[in-house]
This record gives sequence, C-alpha cells and structure tokens, in this order.
Amino acid sequence: MALLSFEKKYRVPGGTLIGRDLFDFWVGPFYVGFFGVSTIFFAALGSIMIFWGAAQQGVWNPWLISIEPPPLEYGLKMAPMNDGGLWQVITLCAIGAFGSWMLRQVEITRKLGMDYHIPFAFSFAIFAYVSLVVIRPVLMGAWAHGFPYGIFSHLDWVSYTGYQYGNFHYNPIHMLAIACFFTTTMLLALHGSLILSAANPEKGEEAKTPDHEDTYFRDFIGYSIGTLGIHRIGLFVALSAGWWSGICIIISGPSWLMPDGESWIEWWDWWPNFFTFASIGG
Amino acid sequence: MAEYHNILTQVQVRGPAEMGLDEKGLVARERGVEPRFSSILGYIGNAQLGPIHLGMFGTIAFFLGTAWFFLTGIGMLQSVDWSWQALWRDLWWISLDPPGEEYGLGFPPIWEGGLYLIASTCLLIAVLSWWIRSYLRANELGMGKHVCWAFAAAIWLFLVIGLFRPVAMGTWSEMVPYGIFPHLDWTNYLSLNHGNLFYNPFHALSIVFLYGSALLFAMHGATILATSRMGGDRELEQIYDRGTASERAALFWRWTMGFNASMEGIHRWGWWFAILCPITGGIGILLTGTVVDDWFSWAVLHGFAIEGGLYNGPS
Repeated sequence: MALLSFEKKYRVPGGTLIGRDLFDFWVGPFYVGFFGVSTIFFAALGSIMIFWGAAQQGVWNPWLISIEPPPLEYGLKMAPMNDGGLWQVITLCAIGAFGSWMLRQVEITRKLGMDYHIPFAFSFAIFAYVSLVVIRPVLMGAWAHGFPYGIFSHLDWVSYTGYQYGNFHYNPIHMLAIACFFTTTMLLALHGSLILSAANPEKGEEAKTPDHEDTYFRDFIGYSIGTLGIHRIGLFVALSAGWWSGICIIISGPSWLMPDGESWIEWWDWWPNFFTFASIGG
Repeated sequence: MAEYHNILTQVQVRGPAEMGLDEKGLVARERGVEPRFSSILGYIGNAQLGPIHLGMFGTIAFFLGTAWFFLTGIGMLQSVDWSWQALWRDLWWISLDPPGEEYGLGFPPIWEGGLYLIASTCLLIAVLSWWIRSYLRANELGMGKHVCWAFAAAIWLFLVIGLFRPVAMGTWSEMVPYGIFPHLDWTNYLSLNHGNLFYNPFHALSIVFLYGSALLFAMHGATILATSRMGGDRELEQIYDRGTASERAALFWRWTMGFNASMEGIHRWGWWFAILCPITGGIGILLTGTVVDDWFSWAVLHGFAIEGGLYNGPS
C-alpha cells in the first residue's frame, strides 16, 4: 500500500458529492469516488477513439497522428464517424473527463477540509480548452473551426489560424495573455528561488526565516509581497493567462465581432486616428 | 469551510516599518528610501513599500537601464523627425533599430544603428549589474543563490538573442529592434524565415515549460491558499516542521494524481520548470539560422512533419 506515514488518519469516509459511500475508497494512492469512475470512463473511451482513428488512417507515427474536426459542410450538426464524428465524440469525452477531474478535486477538497481554490483554478484550464473547441466553433457556426487532435497538427492549426488574422501578435488580448504567461513564469522562478535559498542557505549557516525573505526582496527590489501575497498574485496571474488566452481566440473569428478577412494589424488603425492625433501632419 | 477563501486581506495591521535584518551589522546604513505604506498593496500582500538597498551595482544598473530607455526614446523620436506628437501617435509602431546587414559586426554611423549598439551595451551592463546585485544581496544574508541562478537562466536567453546568435550569424542586424510592434514582428519573421519555429523541438520544450510554469503556479498557489486556514502559507516553518497544512496539501495531490511533492519539493519543481523555459528557449534560438536554417524541412527529414503540412484550414 502506498500509504504515507501520516496518511492513515486522513483516510476517513465522507465529503462525496454523489454516490454516498458507494465509491468512497482508494486504489493505491488514488482516491476514486463517483468522479474517479467517470474520469476513467471518459478518458479511456476518448483514448480508444484516438487510437481507432489512427488505425482507420493507418498512421502510427505518434507525432503525426491527427484526428480532424468535421468539414465545414456539417456546420454544427453531428458528422459521420469517419468524417469528423470521431473528433466530436473525443471532444465530448475530453470535456467529460476534465469536468469529472474537477469534481473529483471538489470531493477530495471536502474530504481534507480544504477550500475550493484548486478546482476553481482548474476550471480556467477547462475554459481555455472549451473556448477553442466549443465556444468559438459554435459562434462561427461550424465544428470545423475546432483544432485537430494531434501533436504537430494542432501546432499547424495555431500557425494557420494565427495568420488568418494577419499577425496574431497584434491581438491586444493575445498580448495580455502572453504577458501573463511570462509574468507567472518569472514569479514562479522568484518564489521557488526565495524559498529554496532560505531553506538551503550557505554552508554553515542556520536555516533562514520569512524575515530573511522579506529583507532579501526589500534590499533587492524595494518590495516584498510576503508569504501569503505571492501565492495570491501567482495564482491570479496564472489564471489570468488561461482566461485571456480563451478570450483572445474567442474574439478572433465570429463575424459579429470581426468583419470577414480583417486582420489584427488593421485593428490598431483607431490609435493614430484617436482624437488629437488625427490633426497632426506627417 | 467556504467562509475562508483568503482572497484578500480583510484587516490590515500596521506597525512601524520593518527595516530589515542586519546580522553582520553592515547593511543597515546602506538602506535608503523612507518606507511607505499602501493599503491597496496591503489587500494582496505586504502594505510596506521600501526600504531598498542602495549599492554600487544597483546604482549602475539603474542609471544604465535608464540610459537604455532614453536612448531608445531618442532613436524613436529621430525616426519620426523629432515630432513629439508623432512619437505618441506612432508609439506602437516605431523603434530603435539594429544596424543594417551591410555593417556586419562592425560599428555603423550613429543614426544607422550606432545608437542602437550603444543603447544595447548600456542594457547589457545594466542587466549584468543587476545580476551581481542578486548575488550580493543573498550573500549578505547568508542565503542560497537560487535567485541569482534563476536570473542567470533568463540572462542566457537574453544573451543568445542579443549577442551569441548575432555573432554566430556574423551581423548585428539579427538583433531585436527596441519597439513594441517591431519586436513582435522580429519574432514573427524569425519564425517565417526559418520554416516555422513550431517545428523547432527546443521551442516546443520552452513552451511546455512556459505553460507548465503557469500550471504549477496555479496548482501551488491554489493549494497554499486552500490550506491557509491551517497555516499553509507559512512555508518555511512547514518545511522545517511539517504541520497539517503540508500533510493535507500533499495528500490532496496524492489522492488526485497519485503523486505529491513535499513543501520544499514543490519549490524545486517550480524552480526547474521556470528556469528551463528560457534555457531550452535559448538553445532553440541559438540553433535557428546557425545550425538549422529551415525547421519545417528538418522536421520532414526527421519524420515528424509531412510535406504540405498536417492542417491547412477547415475543409
């Protein structure tokens, strides 16, 4: 049994959302619960569908396996299995698996007497995925606008879709999302570093305290956000990255937001024409 | 349970400013700027702003960093014929540009890239001085040098882009223009000119570590906030003497995904993910145009791309 030294007293019944004590048990280190069962169901079904699709296409190079969304002609209808239907089933399985995983986190949170920050945070990752394969395709009127499920084919989708709108770097929300990704990575490096440098000081030194952390950062940059604050800001910026990533792609495409063929480069035309700027020559 | 989200600090306690530890009795007199308090900052973290250490390397970094900023502004102004109005109107589009290809690694006239090279030198010395500062401040307190090494990883990427790769390519024109859209265009053309950077495996790794860092910080930040009722935010204390917050945090992930880090270990995971992002990214950029000219053809050659691409728009 994969039980940690202190684990036994925490393994108590209760906290489930549905199923009472029917699935309230562990398998090895994993908690099961109703949502553990549904996670396995959706994840296994979706994976089998991907392998089935690979078999149908005869592609077994893992870098090249790609499950394509349905062609445009099917709009928002169900498509035949070998013409994008597989992609639709896999999408449903993925959403089912991600949602189950989140609800399983809720059950584990309740069992351990914690608060719900983790499943709340995970919902932002689910949103980013759903924005790409459900929200934007629905707004554009065809499942064809979802991305293909393949390691390099989804990168080709990103290239293709980015250049559809001129240059995606000019999308202001995309800028914001990238800024959040870079910032959260920098904050993680700084936070990880600070904890490690306090707990692993120079040879012969005693282990350091939060006062040392505050002193270091005030000396270094004039501000120390503190032990609680760094986790708030880290979580906030990380979730913002996921949130704005979803928003930046949702606003690229739907015709009521963006005229057909418009590019993000032209979107900036309002800036030089903005009030007083318009009157300047040259 | 749900009453204790701990999103914002609801009661701010304000005592005299903390001036910082001075165990060797050497640094207190080098700390300047009267500390101030901001109740807006206090909602999220510490309300106290300042003091800051005023050392030689910090001062060098500050002045040369400012010099880079103003030289960039002067270059932008020159590009719009010294019109202040046009500077604001065109701010997103204009830049201080690197020299043209014809100058190779030589020094061009001032308005044809010379100013750019001077500004870049200022920036280089500023960044390296700040790096020395990150080392000296830790040393003063007897702490580990983890911030310093993490910063070095970012500097590696900075040096690859601005120094090593241009030298390897034999021209300063490969450097990045200092401007908002122009630096994004540089990124775009680097990818287009070398057959789609998405097929560069080190670029892929770098993105994995970038997204992975966001994921890890979301997981870690959420875990700590979710256990803050039990004192989860007191990480050093929990590392030295494990409490129920660490135990629950660990068990949460063990029960969720079958694996958990320790309170110290999660910071090692985070540190490595964050620093590997610029380390792998730097390797990818250094190889681009020097060792591999066209990543797409390279990918076709090595069997992870096919001629014509895998996706060409909705069918």
